[in-house]
Amino acid sequence: MSDVLPETHNVEMTVSDEIAITIENMNKWYGTFHVLRDINLTVNRGERIVIAGPSGSGKSTLIRCINALEEHQKGAITVDGTLLSSDIKNIDKIRSEVGMCFQHFNLFPHLTILENCTLAPIWVRKIPKKEAEATAMHFLEKVKIPDQALKYPGQLSGGQQQRVAIARSLCMKPRIMLFDEPTSALDPEMIKEVLDTMVELAEEGMTMLCVTHEMGFARQVANRVIFMDQGQIVEQNEPEEFFNNPQNERTKLFLSQILGH
Amino acid sequence: MSDQQAQSVAFVRDTMLPQEAPPASQTGPVKWVRDNLFPDVFNAVLTLIALFFIYKILAGFLPWLMGGLWTTASLAECREILDGATGGCFSVLTERWNQLLFGFKYPPDQYWRPTLAFVMLFVAAAPLLFAMYVPSKVLYFTALYPFIAFWLIWGGTIVVPLVALLGFIVGYMAFKKVEAASFAGALGAAIVSAAVVWFVGGFLSDAMSGVLALPEVPSRDMGGFMLNFILGVVCVSLSLPIGILLALGRQSDMPIIKWICVVFIEFIRGVPLITLLFVANVVLAYFLPPGTTFDLILRVIIMITMFSSAYIAEVIRGGLAALPKGQYEAADSLGLDYAQSMRLIIMPQALKISIPGIVNVAVGLFKDTTLVSVISMFDLVGMIRGPILASTEWNGVYWELWGFAILMFFPVCYGISQYSQWLERKLATDHR
Ligand SMILES: Nc1ncnc2c1ncn2[C@@H]1O[C@H](COP(=O)(O)OP(=O)(O)O)[C@@H](O)[C@H]1O
Ligand SMILES: [Mg+2]
Repeated sequence: MSDVLPETHNVEMTVSDEIAITIENMNKWYGTFHVLRDINLTVNRGERIVIAGPSGSGKSTLIRCINALEEHQKGAITVDGTLLSSDIKNIDKIRSEVGMCFQHFNLFPHLTILENCTLAPIWVRKIPKKEAEATAMHFLEKVKIPDQALKYPGQLSGGQQQRVAIARSLCMKPRIMLFDEPTSALDPEMIKEVLDTMVELAEEGMTMLCVTHEMGFARQVANRVIFMDQGQIVEQNEPEEFFNNPQNERTKLFLSQILGH
Repeated sequence: MSDQQAQSVAFVRDTMLPQEAPPASQTGPVKWVRDNLFPDVFNAVLTLIALFFIYKILAGFLPWLMGGLWTTASLAECREILDGATGGCFSVLTERWNQLLFGFKYPPDQYWRPTLAFVMLFVAAAPLLFAMYVPSKVLYFTALYPFIAFWLIWGGTIVVPLVALLGFIVGYMAFKKVEAASFAGALGAAIVSAAVVWFVGGFLSDAMSGVLALPEVPSRDMGGFMLNFILGVVCVSLSLPIGILLALGRQSDMPIIKWICVVFIEFIRGVPLITLLFVANVVLAYFLPPGTTFDLILRVIIMITMFSSAYIAEVIRGGLAALPKGQYEAADSLGLDYAQSMRLIIMPQALKISIPGIVNVAVGLFKDTTLVSVISMFDLVGMIRGPILASTEWNGVYWELWGFAILMFFPVCYGISQYSQWLERKLATDHR
């Protein structure tokens, strides 16, 4: 795995006592297949959590349950004080507070970059178009692609598209951001530009849950690393402890594979 | 380039060679003919054979066209004048053009009405077809157009279309009022309030039947190409939205809605259109209480619309299936609700993918409107087969009449397909 970030400078951020997400005894099945088992997790505001684990261990499913892209069958998820139930009003409320970035960006190819960024604020938040555009330009500047605003997603590189996807989520002014392997579909030279954007976001105090294999990013930004295997949270710790002194056998095996020791 | 660099390099060209024209044998028509028509012996032979056939066709067709007669009173007179020479008997067109276009019962002094409606159609369609070039204010006219066109073509008092329009407006306002509370409730409120307006308006229009009245033309007097055109335009514009709803219903999570849509689509696709038309003609009337008149054109419109909307639904379902799941998830994760994500994200992309298929259905539908001739409606084909060929004057004039039918249908169908290709290019934004 490429450790493209310098390890020297660790991001210093304060974590507040306020709770952003609680997951209690959450279980999920796909048909009869038990994907997630007894997940318990509390995320405070301002935390940067990296979720690692082998492929198929349920990392994506876990964070997709948080914004109800997947339904859980047992247990409780509370996001920003709102209990996630099948009530569509609650789901829409949570989704507008929680931003999400996907492995394959999922930009809307028929809309320009600017329209991609203004669509949800205009239709969900009912913000006037002019204002939404100003906000969009602000975030596009932040991810360093304001000059591409009038192009279509297909005209941008993968790294640029992922940064637009981040900007698109930020335009909704979310309080929590979820990332599902945001750099896995990118060419190596583009990974850094996306990670830089995410580091910046972390520095501003955004609550973040990132599924990623970028261990350099985890060391630099995360205040907690969670290791999942077979649908369970096997181990969680601060990055230093996690990498230098893993407790669980499966964690050790995973780390030795991913870090190439 | 800087001086320093120029000095350090042994030779630098500072004037460019003038452009030369390519050798004559490599450009222009000569080269084109050689490359495209006679590149080798085999293709040269094919070219010659093709040229021979083109010659044969033109040699037969042109004298017939040029030598044609336009002013005789009957086929017999044509034959007499031609006296064995080649030539078409186009007089049937000069004599019967009005019947071919409007049917044989539409009052000739009222021809201006459907003609005006036809011209206005282009204005009404412009903002839908060329949204990027036409100011969106024209859409108000588009919304009014169906009512204006109905009034112009069928005549009667203007109160009838006004009441119909009012019903839609009241229904829409009722919908908007209740929408926030519940979608289903809003739909119900809209339907009920519109029905009330139409019911009350029914008495009103009976009482005011003289207000701004045009001479009434009943449905059975519609005919000729006008009938094909009315059926084509109405059915295409109705079946597109219905097809979208059916396609969405078919992939709905709600089992009842899903199964209604599946059964409807599969049933309609398993039945020939012509049987549906016979059903419209005979069986529907059988089911209706005696004494009720249920307009034949309306019945036919319902049947053709059902038929083509089932096909359009399947085309759109293909477009929906072609969209990556990530598009739905991205829309969901941004907090868009179902209606918004369908309208803003999913449908624009699915429809774009479906354009060729939809156009296919539309062109097919337009041509299939000629099937109404078998349930004794006098559309263009019905006119030709019926009153005109059966008349003593023109019995036996085939080529000229069917040629005219082709001339009517071809430009419309060709135009639709050209439009769709233009639209596809216009919408190609994904740069894949
Ligand atoms: N829609 C689905 N239906 C059935 N099984 C699924 C579905 N999505 C994921 N799975 C299964 O659930 C498990 C966990 O998947 P996922 O959360 O994507 O793992 P990860 O992101 O850690 O690679 C995998 O075994 C996968 O095959
Ligand atoms: Mg995954």
